[in-house]
Amino acid sequence: MDELILYTEHFNFYYGNFHALKNISMGMEAHKVTALIGPSGCGKSTFLRSLNRMNDIIPGTRVEGKVIFDGNDIYEKNVDVVDLRRKIGMVFQKSNPFPKSIFDNVAYGLYINGERNKSIIADRVEESLTGAALWDEVKDRLDKSALDLSGGQQQRLCIARALAIKPEIILMDEPASALDPIATQKIEELIFELKNEYTIVIVTHNMQQAARVSDFTAFFYLGELIEFGDTERIFTNPKLKKTEDYVTGRFG
Amino acid sequence: MQNRKHKNKAVILRQLRENIIERFFQVNGLFAVIVLVGIFSLLLIEGLPALQSLGLKEFFLNRIWDPTSFERESYGLLSMIVSTLMVTLGAMVIAVPLGILCAAYIADIAKPRVREIIKPVIEILAGIPSVVIGFMGIIVVGPMLAKIFGTSNGLNAMNGSILLAVMSLPTIISISEDAILAVPQEFKNASLALGATRWQTLVRVTIPAAMSGIIASVMLGMGRAIGETMTVLMATGNAPAMPGGFFDSVRTMTATIAIELGETVQGGIHYKSLFVIGFVLFLMTFVVNLVSDVVLQKYQKVSR
Amino acid sequence: MKRKWRDMEQALGFTVLRLSAVIIIVILAFILYDVFSKGAGVINWEFLSDKPRKGMTEGGIWPAIVGTFWVSLVTVIVSVPIGMFTAIYLNEYAKQGRLIRIIRLAIRNLSGVPSIVYGLFGFALFTLMLNLGLSVISSGLTLGLLTLPWTITASEEALKTVPRSYREGALALGATKWQTIRTNVLPYAVPGMLTGTILGLARAAGETAPILFTGVAFFWPVLPKFPQMLSQQFMALPYHLFIMSTQHHEIVKVRPLAYGTALVLIFLIVLMNSVAVVIRYRFRKKYKRV
Repeated sequence: MDELILYTEHFNFYYGNFHALKNISMGMEAHKVTALIGPSGCGKSTFLRSLNRMNDIIPGTRVEGKVIFDGNDIYEKNVDVVDLRRKIGMVFQKSNPFPKSIFDNVAYGLYINGERNKSIIADRVEESLTGAALWDEVKDRLDKSALDLSGGQQQRLCIARALAIKPEIILMDEPASALDPIATQKIEELIFELKNEYTIVIVTHNMQQAARVSDFTAFFYLGELIEFGDTERIFTNPKLKKTEDYVTGRFG
Repeated sequence: MQNRKHKNKAVILRQLRENIIERFFQVNGLFAVIVLVGIFSLLLIEGLPALQSLGLKEFFLNRIWDPTSFERESYGLLSMIVSTLMVTLGAMVIAVPLGILCAAYIADIAKPRVREIIKPVIEILAGIPSVVIGFMGIIVVGPMLAKIFGTSNGLNAMNGSILLAVMSLPTIISISEDAILAVPQEFKNASLALGATRWQTLVRVTIPAAMSGIIASVMLGMGRAIGETMTVLMATGNAPAMPGGFFDSVRTMTATIAIELGETVQGGIHYKSLFVIGFVLFLMTFVVNLVSDVVLQKYQKVSR
Repeated sequence: MKRKWRDMEQALGFTVLRLSAVIIIVILAFILYDVFSKGAGVINWEFLSDKPRKGMTEGGIWPAIVGTFWVSLVTVIVSVPIGMFTAIYLNEYAKQGRLIRIIRLAIRNLSGVPSIVYGLFGFALFTLMLNLGLSVISSGLTLGLLTLPWTITASEEALKTVPRSYREGALALGATKWQTIRTNVLPYAVPGMLTGTILGLARAAGETAPILFTGVAFFWPVLPKFPQMLSQQFMALPYHLFIMSTQHHEIVKVRPLAYGTALVLIFLIVLMNSVAVVIRYRFRKKYKRV
């Protein structure tokens, strides 16, 4: 494996006394899609949210070990979380457009970054919406409320919002779990496009989806990383019985 | 990501700004504590000299309150403490059953449309100023009591109790209602499935399950009644003596402060002793609120 | 047979419950009817716009309306910012711990402190110690402290209605905590805070005990201009009603005026409550779409 943009070393995570992630060491290659799979409650979302420190906002949590990004441990004391999150963006399970216009949603990240130049903002909004394959559908109603979009459009808007600040990595937490098959397909196509420019880590409980979109797959179970490797190998020739049982749908 | 050695200036500034903003909000948060401690301390500071020079015995064992007497000035708080408790007790006798029944009705039986009528009614009732309730006491309740019981006028403890009941009802109803609503539906279903009627379920399952919330609501209503000033000032007659019964004119602690503070010499012993009353009042409501708090927290734990 | 008895028991029980609700409604209806029927007669332009005349046996209540307005305004200025900021601290910044428990305990206990005790405190602190005298400002400060716990609670409720996903979404885009609050939380909480503020104001406007020693006057017909009036005594509607119903030497003769005052006071309070309810209703409707 070459060019690990992000990797963890003996990473542990606790909710109070509950040991949610146990000694996870794995890496994400740049410009690849890494899928995190496993039954619900296995820790895959917790792991994802640890990668840009979104778990910081949950009281009573604690981490051990390292998450290395660009050569630095993101849990070091002097790391600026705000900077980190600008470089590692996130798309949530339930689409969460802000109750603002479509334009303002995408421009939000630029605005809080201090960008005030209207033409730069307008260009970037168009670029991001195009990148999220949403531009053609919304270009005539950018000033309309984002809440009036369909579920699939809302989720692509959230992706556009994340793209606007040009992160290096995009974390996606079951981005299509609430969508219908057609909207899901659009998101999957989008992920395929996006990996040319971004590194993507995606949590999914949909095995086919992981197989379709990812280059690497990590299987989590009860807070442990059971198996990690090429997606093709994980799905066709897993080393461990537990992985095989899961990917073939024998439990989950 | 900032390199650990040269963290850039903008980041340092941003973190500094965020820190200052958080501190700012924190200081505001502490303000409530400062006010509470401030009230406590000021009452104590102003009242302490009176307590020291007259002694606890004078305040808490003497039955007579007569600070302006020519012969012997008396500073006994007993009569007004008894009056306050009596009026409050009377109010609770009326308001507790009525309030709980009404809360049970709203939470368990009322149809949504009825609920939408009665909830604003309770909100408006809670919003009626105490002077207006007191006014009603003088003009409506007083004459009514005088007529029914054949007394000379109706400005007595009974009148105060009726009015305080009206004033504490909204508190009791709304908090009890929340408590009853918080009882998990499974409890009720289990009871109904065993063949109990809705009424039996309400009385034997739902209300007992909501009991600590209901008790807390009663305590809060009681706290409100103890501290209420204008209604009792207007409707209880204000005779500063140990009451013999509910048809006697009484003067509560709150009314005493309201009547006398304007007439005292600032800094004098009479003035200071009014702060002693305030201090005792503060402690009484503090304890009542604390108890309701503890009960309420217990119930929140149970319902989870 | 047994079943019949149980049905009867239930019917009887439900009747008692219904009756209790009816009693509450009747109490309120009676108060409103009594005040309205006896107070409406004296309400006219003169009553609303004139000062009391002839030893307060005639004339109007204009100075009391103005006094109540100004004191309420000071109350809001004192209570709303601190209350809002405290709520922001409690709901957005504070982590569970001893400090937060102490603050919450203090707030709950403050809301239980009797209003007359606030009056004593305000008198000792503002009127005497800080030498603000008997004035609009002393009374406003006292009422500001009294309403503080309500403002905090209402503001916190409003902040709680803003979905967590708004905060997470902003943070994930690299917004700082304060940027998140300012741009993606507060704008959606303000209508709720406004509702709470108006409800608190309505309650403050009806309070008498806290202003009793801090500035309210029996009779104070002169209404100086804005800045000076803050340091002067004032008349207030609830206190005026108190005077007219208990302290006046011709108590029976002025009864209609007392009723009129009560009507105006209730009207103002119901009006403020209605405005608050309308704002809350619109706010909820807007949020249903999220």
